[in-house]
Amino acid sequence: MMLTKTARRKAAPAGAAAAVLALTLTACAGAGGGNSGTSGEDGGPVELTLATVNNPQMKDMEELKSAFEEEHPDITVNFIQMEENDLRDAVTKDVATDGGQYDIVTVGSYEVPIWAQNGWLADLTQDLESDADYDVDDLFQPVKDALTVDGSLYAVPFYGESSMLMYNKEILDEAGLTVPEHPTWQEVADIAREVDSDEVDGICLRGKPGWGEVFAPLTTVVQTFGGTWFDENWDAQVSSPEFTEAVQFYVDLVEDAGESDPVSTGFTECLNNVSQGRSAMWVDATVAAGLLEDPESSQVAGKMGYAHAPVVETEESGWLWSWNLAIPETTQHRAEALEFMKWATSKEYHQLVGEELGWSRVPPGARTSTYEIPEYQEAAAAFAPITRDIMLAVNPEQPGVAPQPWTGIQYVTIPEFQDLGNQVSQDLADVFAGRSELGPVLDNAQELAQQAGDAQK
Amino acid sequence: MTTLVSPPAARPAPQPVRSTGGRRRQLAVSRALLWPALATSIVLTQIPFVVTIYYSLQRWNMLRPGDRGFTGFDNYARVLSNGSFLSSLGSTVAVTGTSVVLSTLLGLLFAVLLDRKFVGRGVARTLMITPFLVMPAAAALVWKWSILDAATGMANWGLSLVGLPPVAWNTEVPIVTIIFVLTWQYTPFAMLILLAGLQAQNKDVLEAAAVDGAGVFRTFTAITLPHLRQYVEIAVLLASIMLLQVFDPIAIMTRGTGGTKTLSYLLYERAFVGLEVGEAAAYGVMTVLVTILVASVALRTLFKVFSKEGIDR
Repeated sequence: MMLTKTARRKAAPAGAAAAVLALTLTACAGAGGGNSGTSGEDGGPVELTLATVNNPQMKDMEELKSAFEEEHPDITVNFIQMEENDLRDAVTKDVATDGGQYDIVTVGSYEVPIWAQNGWLADLTQDLESDADYDVDDLFQPVKDALTVDGSLYAVPFYGESSMLMYNKEILDEAGLTVPEHPTWQEVADIAREVDSDEVDGICLRGKPGWGEVFAPLTTVVQTFGGTWFDENWDAQVSSPEFTEAVQFYVDLVEDAGESDPVSTGFTECLNNVSQGRSAMWVDATVAAGLLEDPESSQVAGKMGYAHAPVVETEESGWLWSWNLAIPETTQHRAEALEFMKWATSKEYHQLVGEELGWSRVPPGARTSTYEIPEYQEAAAAFAPITRDIMLAVNPEQPGVAPQPWTGIQYVTIPEFQDLGNQVSQDLADVFAGRSELGPVLDNAQELAQQAGDAQK
Repeated sequence: MTTLVSPPAARPAPQPVRSTGGRRRQLAVSRALLWPALATSIVLTQIPFVVTIYYSLQRWNMLRPGDRGFTGFDNYARVLSNGSFLSSLGSTVAVTGTSVVLSTLLGLLFAVLLDRKFVGRGVARTLMITPFLVMPAAAALVWKWSILDAATGMANWGLSLVGLPPVAWNTEVPIVTIIFVLTWQYTPFAMLILLAGLQAQNKDVLEAAAVDGAGVFRTFTAITLPHLRQYVEIAVLLASIMLLQVFDPIAIMTRGTGGTKTLSYLLYERAFVGLEVGEAAAYGVMTVLVTILVASVALRTLFKVFSKEGIDR
């Protein structure tokens, strides 16, 4: 969700068609209509159906699946690429009706715990731990934590990301400023305000409404300021002084030293600003570094510096996101699905991507061993070590100062959060524009959050 | 004469029984023949609506499949009590109304200009129509990135030429940006219809007006405008229907902020962000009810096209 901007873009017209007709909520029922895995009895050939989001890493996987099929002549794998919402709908329907149409599904880290609690996903703990070659401990521990419910692992990461501070060394050098490796938000705000000028924004921070847009970075800011969405008893904390202070800080910083049109600005827009040298700093997904260091699309390749996400009261403030593979409970081919899943998230697969498609296309943030491959280290020298450090340091079980009843950093792992985050972020747009005061907006958000919290009690 | 008069006199008297019996049979056959078509059209048009009504009575969040069940009119109570419906209705009226009025006025202006004979008229017409042919999502992206971008957009560059400060369009005036895009897209549509109206005008009448000494302005207000009334009505009606469903620029540019959350965007949010199928369905049903209400009143009272007088004329 944090990453697949293309997926998001495509979401709009598809959603439009469905929403506009208003009456056709059933329209999506057929959206997932793929072939069901035609089954083989024991020993016969098996056709696996993999339902996945349509992002580039998944297309790479489809390109390389023949390597797997050669090793396993009895198994063929069919990819069905879907937009995120269609995928959810298709899998929900399939599981609810015991359809058994999909053998492997791609799920974002926000939904893995929710789906697991619904009983939709197979428990993989035993299967993975018993396979020494697979080396399940090599997967980034925080990512694994986010995919674990009550001690059981329900999905494996295909790739993962955190967030960090990226800054334009050229601009900061000119102003005689340096960024420490572990900056505080106050330091970053001071630097941003100092370098901000008519030509260059001091910092770029997402302001576009959406729980996965503005609230990805903003929730991490809230947490490091000591705030949270909910306390341990699912009581909403949105109008608390810490939450308010953090949002006020964020809004003020954008107003003073940020991009001029925050409501239009999300990941893509910031990437655009920073890669053209129009923003001095940016706090966002670690994978952005790979794009900024690509000389073909970026004018700042080689000029960027990277630091940990700024903090206030916590040690780390990076977020955590991963796209994962999971096996629905309804599959008829669990063993074969497991085989493919292990292959696609194995060390060998990373090696294969590097050799066949190029080292910059190796899925990041899934396995620590990837960061020890010399070719990968060379291809991603500027940002690989710090990405690895951050991915190991974040704590999805307690990202803020107080314990929380869910696992996850920049989101709350409850079904109601998408809606909650979305509504609050729309009201925040009015605060960015100066049409509303922050106080009433957060009071209203508190009420919405309390309704969502009450549903968990 | 006799042949015309005698049959009616003869017909009712001798065979009333046979005639009604035959008619009844005939009617039965006609009805039977009509049934498949009627059933098909009922199935095709009404089933989705019935299903939506059924959904609207359900408690159903897509991420909580276990917790699904009949909930009566709770969804409707929520729709009516939480205020988004009314504010969204207001936004829909504001966005659609303003865009339709602006499109029609501009369309009329361009239609009058293009109705004259000049060199390159064909080219000019084609150019004018282009915005309507651009896909809505593509149009919204062009506006967002090339025209309204705060730092590099043409709109702010234009403002800077006359010494005005840049505007953060989507943040500061979201509803204006949506109306910009929609007006840009639908002006050609209104223009096409009005141009057809202008060309259907009887040249004799215009000539007569000129002979009687009516000036250009008088001719336009007294003859052309009344003649165009039905065309304007059609343009307004069709544009309103299409703009009521508008979604792309809102999803791409403003995300429903600052008074741009129209009913279609609200529905999308409830269904695909909130994943509240029941609530979204209730919004859908309410939208249909309001639309039927508004449409039946508006069509009967405002639009002559649909009234008897309109047809008789």
